[in-house]
Amino acid sequence: VENVRLLDRLSSRKAALGTLYLTATHVIFVENVSETRKETWVLHSQISSIEKQATTATGCPLLIRCKNFQVIQLVIPQERDCHDVYISLIRLARPVKYEELYCFSFNPKLDKEEREQGWKLVDLNEEYKRMGIPNNYWQISDVNRDYGVCDSYPTEVYVPKSATAHIIVGSSKFRSRRRFPALSYYCKDNNASICRSSQPLSGFSARCLEDEQMLQAIRKANPGSDFIYVVDTRPKLNAMANRAAGKGYENEDNYSNIKFQFIGIENIHVMRNSLQKMLEVCELKSPSMSDFLWGLENSGWLKHIKAIMDAGIFIAKAVAEEGVSVLVHCSDGWDRTAQVCSVASLLLDPYYRTMKGFMVLIEKDWVSFGHKFNHRYGNLDGDPKEISPVIDQFIECVWQLMEQFPCAFEFNERFLIHIQHHIYSCQFGNFLCNSQKERKELKIQERTYSLWAHLWKNRADYLNPLYRPDHSQTQGTLRPQMAPCNFLYKFWSGMYNRFEKGLHPRQSVTDYLMAVKEETQQLEEELEVLGERLANLQKSQLNDNKVKSKQQDQSKQLGLSTSNNSLANTPQEYSSDLKSFPSRSPSQGDEEDSALILTQDNLKSSDPDLSANSDQESGVEDLSCRSPSGGGCLPSEDSGKDSDEAVFLAV
Amino acid sequence: MLRSSQPLTGPNRKRCREDEMLLGTVLDEGERGFIIDTRSAQAAKQARMTGGGTEPKSSYPQWRRLHRPLERGRPLQESFIKLVEACNDTSINMDRWLSRLESCRWLSHVKAALSTACLAAQCMDREEASVLVHGAEGTDTTLLVTALAQVILDPSCRTLVGFQGLLEREWIEAGHPFHLRCARSAYSHARLKQEAPLFLLFLDCVWQLSRQFPFSLEFDERLLLTLFDNAYASAYGTFLCNNEKERQVGTPRCLCKVKESTHSLWAWLNQPEEEKKYLNPLYSHNALVIWPSVEPQSIQLWQGLFFRWIRSSQYLDEAWAEIQQLVEGN
Repeated sequence: VENVRLLDRLSSRKAALGTLYLTATHVIFVENVSETRKETWVLHSQISSIEKQATTATGCPLLIRCKNFQVIQLVIPQERDCHDVYISLIRLARPVKYEELYCFSFNPKLDKEEREQGWKLVDLNEEYKRMGIPNNYWQISDVNRDYGVCDSYPTEVYVPKSATAHIIVGSSKFRSRRRFPALSYYCKDNNASICRSSQPLSGFSARCLEDEQMLQAIRKANPGSDFIYVVDTRPKLNAMANRAAGKGYENEDNYSNIKFQFIGIENIHVMRNSLQKMLEVCELKSPSMSDFLWGLENSGWLKHIKAIMDAGIFIAKAVAEEGVSVLVHCSDGWDRTAQVCSVASLLLDPYYRTMKGFMVLIEKDWVSFGHKFNHRYGNLDGDPKEISPVIDQFIECVWQLMEQFPCAFEFNERFLIHIQHHIYSCQFGNFLCNSQKERKELKIQERTYSLWAHLWKNRADYLNPLYRPDHSQTQGTLRPQMAPCNFLYKFWSGMYNRFEKGLHPRQSVTDYLMAVKEETQQLEEELEVLGERLANLQKSQLNDNKVKSKQQDQSKQLGLSTSNNSLANTPQEYSSDLKSFPSRSPSQGDEEDSALILTQDNLKSSDPDLSANSDQESGVEDLSCRSPSGGGCLPSEDSGKDSDEAVFLAV
Repeated sequence: MLRSSQPLTGPNRKRCREDEMLLGTVLDEGERGFIIDTRSAQAAKQARMTGGGTEPKSSYPQWRRLHRPLERGRPLQESFIKLVEACNDTSINMDRWLSRLESCRWLSHVKAALSTACLAAQCMDREEASVLVHGAEGTDTTLLVTALAQVILDPSCRTLVGFQGLLEREWIEAGHPFHLRCARSAYSHARLKQEAPLFLLFLDCVWQLSRQFPFSLEFDERLLLTLFDNAYASAYGTFLCNNEKERQVGTPRCLCKVKESTHSLWAWLNQPEEEKKYLNPLYSHNALVIWPSVEPQSIQLWQGLFFRWIRSSQYLDEAWAEIQQLVEGN
């Protein structure tokens, strides 16, 4: 469709004119301006909702909201075309078969062996071996080898040595969705473990010998403690209500030596609504500080993040400080349980704070344990009530930790943002379907590519320059401050305002420091080489002049350009606050209403060239980078290639 | 950029030829200038009843007046006190933290101050017009705006030495009444009438700039914290008294012969061993104007100040040490 306008979301005065294309996998907008011909690509998988707004004199507006928080406002001249686009997008954004997804047509030009190698990058058996299993206390069980016991669990599960197949099967019959207690994390220093399951089908009084034996087996696998914690991550009221439906929670009287604990994290519906409310705050035009803070609090989002974090901290403490094993569950054991187990593991084990380790963590606690990616993130069109930002919350917990412990993670903010992006993009096959079983049936590994291989190939973009394996923050357990700590939870504008370039100044501390680090390394290597050469030369008495001029050339080449720092940006509309001051009464003749005095038009670019470094920045404490530069796979959210007036906040 | 106090127009709309001529000399034929009045239009109008007022358009035809009300005085001090109380309150739940923060309104004041300073800077840099800034007395919000605007506009004000010069010019010599304003801070039971944290608000705004432009200021947060401390209680004479008259020897109102009897904070800060503690390792001269975002998401609570004694800054300090090492290693 031609003559479509792409509006800057916050300033309707700025619009780019171009052509809109719809392909089988993407929506593409190409600007008419001939020098740049800037392209905006949106994967259909990313589209969360499409809103057709009332036709105005200028055309028919269409608002596309994406799962990665990009919001695209188009104005299509003809109503007829707009309607066609709208209908098409609705269909395209709601695929019915897996084969419609991008991952089945995406071609990174790798051969079969490279594809296979990509999938082998993360190996869970190796991971459990790294933990020290199998050993005297824990073993691999193949009881689920044909998914016969639990179809949402992997074929290989890790269970206590004393848990026989009989016990496992018996326990699985007493657990919601057959999700029996299995190992998530083992701490070899003190034998404490984190196990996970779903809720027991205990109702008000039902018991199951095998399930009780299972918990005992977990306890016995840790000789250092005579009890285990059982943590129910639901609010007490919800758990109790479940009893009426024949489910519920473990009764301390029936299960010997357990200490039961509720840690209330709300359910997927509450979280879905919470995110919705927060995004509404993000869409406010020129909000006041009050609007923003009230809106954010009203959404409850940060409160939920903190609840998940607190649960993870409790479990990590139980394992690291008390040496007590923990069994975690929620209702079905695939949402809150996954969040809480992975946060706890991250706090406990520095390996999961490395890039590779983090991939392993997601593979372990999310992918292998049957988190319902398809239902939660809408790979295919499904029940909207199943949609919920569960893994988004976990990823945000990681970011909050990175803000508190800037040296502790090997990867940076961009890594997290890209992972989130690809969970929704369906460009790779890792996050399809609802279980390992379904993925095997679809032959995902033979027909798609692994995200992990792609990220690993580009790992230089994802490194945290402040990370050193021998730094104190990277050793041992992370201990976030427990209280007071409300203020430690910040709004993640790098994620939720990812595409609003006006909010993020263009100086990236992470990228600068990575460049510095690299250059230092190069210089050191050069120094070594030159040192050796000098030593040789001193022995063999060559022409002095030749040597000197060579050294000079070398040092010139390696000069690090710091000019990428001298980037200003353009001012936003600072006159938009007028509405918050009540003093403007219209009758006063003397005054000037300055609302329109400094318009966008006045602010055209007499700017110096700002395209040198497009990346966005972070402040003193947020030592992380916001804009991805990951090749063609990601939307071009950095305006670096084009004039940066494009990004603006205005009234 | 010029600053002054309010014109004494009064209820009878008095005129003053000399004042009109003075402002007239600033502008060329056909040029226009902006007057940024840091009071609301209503407050400015009401000021006439007590002898003050605004510049009438008819008498100052080349000047266009903009009102940008900024909080000052008692309400600003209350805002500060409430914020400090909120930060120290360990009983607040996450449920209510943000609304409590909002009710202090401190961040709104930061947003307003930055916006106004940016507006002044925009007038000069984009409109290429002269700007006159004043409130009522010209000693509080006026200085906040002119000093901040210079940090935004002028790279030399972002160097350590330049910033000190800015403070001397726009706060100390310009007559911000430090003695009255920085008396007891947030904990005192005595709610002094003249106390108000304008200088802290300025430092907070500078901190916001340093967060948004981590490469552009030669000094870091530690300097701002030190300045905050010294404004209230200091071993040095730099922030003593309320104006130059009180500080100078030989004038009838001289209170304490500051230059003869005390040492200068700047002299101490500029010693090499001291100075390096306050330098920003990421600094690299940025010749351009730095335009901050004043969206709520971009304005953050200055944890380094407000939680200074409440939470450990160990991990952040370690991060800065890493940064220092990386840069120095290079």
